[in-house]
Amino acid sequence: MRPLPASAPLAEADPLALCPARVHEAEGRARRGFALFQATRHEGPLIWILPRHAPQSPLLSGLPEGVGARLHLVRTQSETDLLWTAEEALRCPAVGLVVAEPGELLSLTAGRRLQLAAEAGKTTGLMLIQSGQGSNAAETRWACEQLPSPAPDSTLQQWELIKNKRGTLKLWTVDWRGETSAFHLVSAAGERHEPAETPP
Amino acid sequence: MALADARAICPDLATRPADLAREAAALAGLRRWAGRYAPLVARDGADGLIADITGVPHLFGGEAALRADLHDRLDRVGLAAQSAIAGTRGAAHALARNGGGLLPEGALAEGLGPLPVSALRIDHETAATLSRVGLSRIADLVHLPRAPLAKRFGPALVMRLDQALGTRPEPVDAEREAPHFGVRMTLPEPIGLQEDVMAGLARLLERLCALLTHHQHGARRVLLELRRVDRETAHVRVGLARPMRDPARIAALFEKGVAEVEAGFGIDALRLCAEVTEKLPPEQLGPGGPKLRSEDALADLISRLGNRLGFDAVQRLLPADSTIPERSFLLAPAAYSAAEESPARRGPPRPQLLFPPEMVSSARGAQPGHPPAQFRWRNMHFSTLRATGPERIAPEWWFDDPAWRSGLRDYWRIETREGPRLWLFHTPQVAGWDAGGAQDWFVQGEFA
Repeated sequence: MRPLPASAPLAEADPLALCPARVHEAEGRARRGFALFQATRHEGPLIWILPRHAPQSPLLSGLPEGVGARLHLVRTQSETDLLWTAEEALRCPAVGLVVAEPGELLSLTAGRRLQLAAEAGKTTGLMLIQSGQGSNAAETRWACEQLPSPAPDSTLQQWELIKNKRGTLKLWTVDWRGETSAFHLVSAAGERHEPAETPP
Repeated sequence: MALADARAICPDLATRPADLAREAAALAGLRRWAGRYAPLVARDGADGLIADITGVPHLFGGEAALRADLHDRLDRVGLAAQSAIAGTRGAAHALARNGGGLLPEGALAEGLGPLPVSALRIDHETAATLSRVGLSRIADLVHLPRAPLAKRFGPALVMRLDQALGTRPEPVDAEREAPHFGVRMTLPEPIGLQEDVMAGLARLLERLCALLTHHQHGARRVLLELRRVDRETAHVRVGLARPMRDPARIAALFEKGVAEVEAGFGIDALRLCAEVTEKLPPEQLGPGGPKLRSEDALADLISRLGNRLGFDAVQRLLPADSTIPERSFLLAPAAYSAAEESPARRGPPRPQLLFPPEMVSSARGAQPGHPPAQFRWRNMHFSTLRATGPERIAPEWWFDDPAWRSGLRDYWRIETREGPRLWLFHTPQVAGWDAGGAQDWFVQGEFA
């Protein structure tokens, strides 16, 4: 395994940061929200690659602050084109974050090629895969789900690190409102986070 | 004459609307062709050309022979034309529009004398006034004192008269030829290797980019033509994400296209042409260095993606002024648009993902006008934890959108017990809804 670049953040300092110049994977129903959260934390142009037949598209007025103007959508005809586009974008040093939504299982070759491209361009990549369709070459893999929130004004997300090449696995419950890069780490389940009721 | 009058006189009159743009283009073509008679050719009004043939006629055997040659050639292509040769520009203009002919040197005043005053390039009113006071021919004006003439009819008349008679100079201001961005190279021996073609291309690109730099232009689309020994021609076309004139960066885009070319028995001529160009003033490389380099790198990336996937496939989101969610943003090709900051958020929250409306099935437990307590969507079962709404969005009556023909929509933000937060709507105006029928609910978006 190659040594980390000097600018890599320490996992303890910022647990939700993606290691730069590597390709990561996210699965689960809230993976696109996780990608947008990471987009707010990366500077520079964003490239979002999705198949042409994908029905969903980002809604500009719902995107987090500062993401809409930097976002470039690339719609590709085939899976090969999608991986080629991801590789080309990762090789470009100007790009801040590359997000791709492959439709099929990522082979080890494809995953390794993406890692090499990311190392060449010093760009971070995030593959939004369907559950269990990732490749072993990924640096980290996140399982992202939305949680029903007890209080009316909170939007809870559960981001679980299920694979990590250089660290431990952990689960975070985060209250992220999807507007800026600010978030709350919610205390672990079972702990009391509201004041106890006082007896009358 | 008005068209109605003309039709009254001649009922079978065939008329067509004037196509000024195409006429001007045809005249511009004719102007280029007329360069065979004179070095300086300019447009003269909307329907004429003026050429300065000083020192030229002896090459054609005299003025009369030159004019005959001109008419011969125009007749052969089916163009009816009038022409005149005279000592001054004004005289040639007047004579060409009044029968044409040839005015020998020193006979300007006699030759122009019988022509009407309107031939002098003066406006219609002045011409009418002149003929009303009895000055209907140029000969009547020539001998009049200039000062009273200028006082009464304005300086324009005297100027035009002087120009026609040659007492005031009037040069032919030929337009500058539009630059042509094309270079070619012919080879003594045919080549077939990809590296050889790329080396030839590099030389051509250097010349083309020097040409572009000289004219302060940048190429937007470049065409490489490879002529084979058997007279077949292969074309390789690349597009550029922004105007550019850097040989190395353009050459990199040609590699894939050149690799696909069938060389056959060899290629013996290369032609490189910037088909579409845009203005690109010189840029100052200063403190903005790194930022500029990153913009260049992104433009290169978009060029590479665009040449393989098509430039329409690389899109950018631009804000648009509409409350309809689908039309609140535009998808514009990134190569042909600039990023725009979206306006600050206001109003109710919007989902981050939008898709075409998908109907939910087996909705149960709904109050009229309220979202269902339980429903199925995309083969998943959901139960409503909390619903916020409604937000009513009305269709735009000035824009007929088939998807919005069902009228108003009431949007609700649904938090489900299963986690996902969805954006549901129903259409209260659809008939049968208030008669106890089940309401149709649709999912159109998903929140973070």
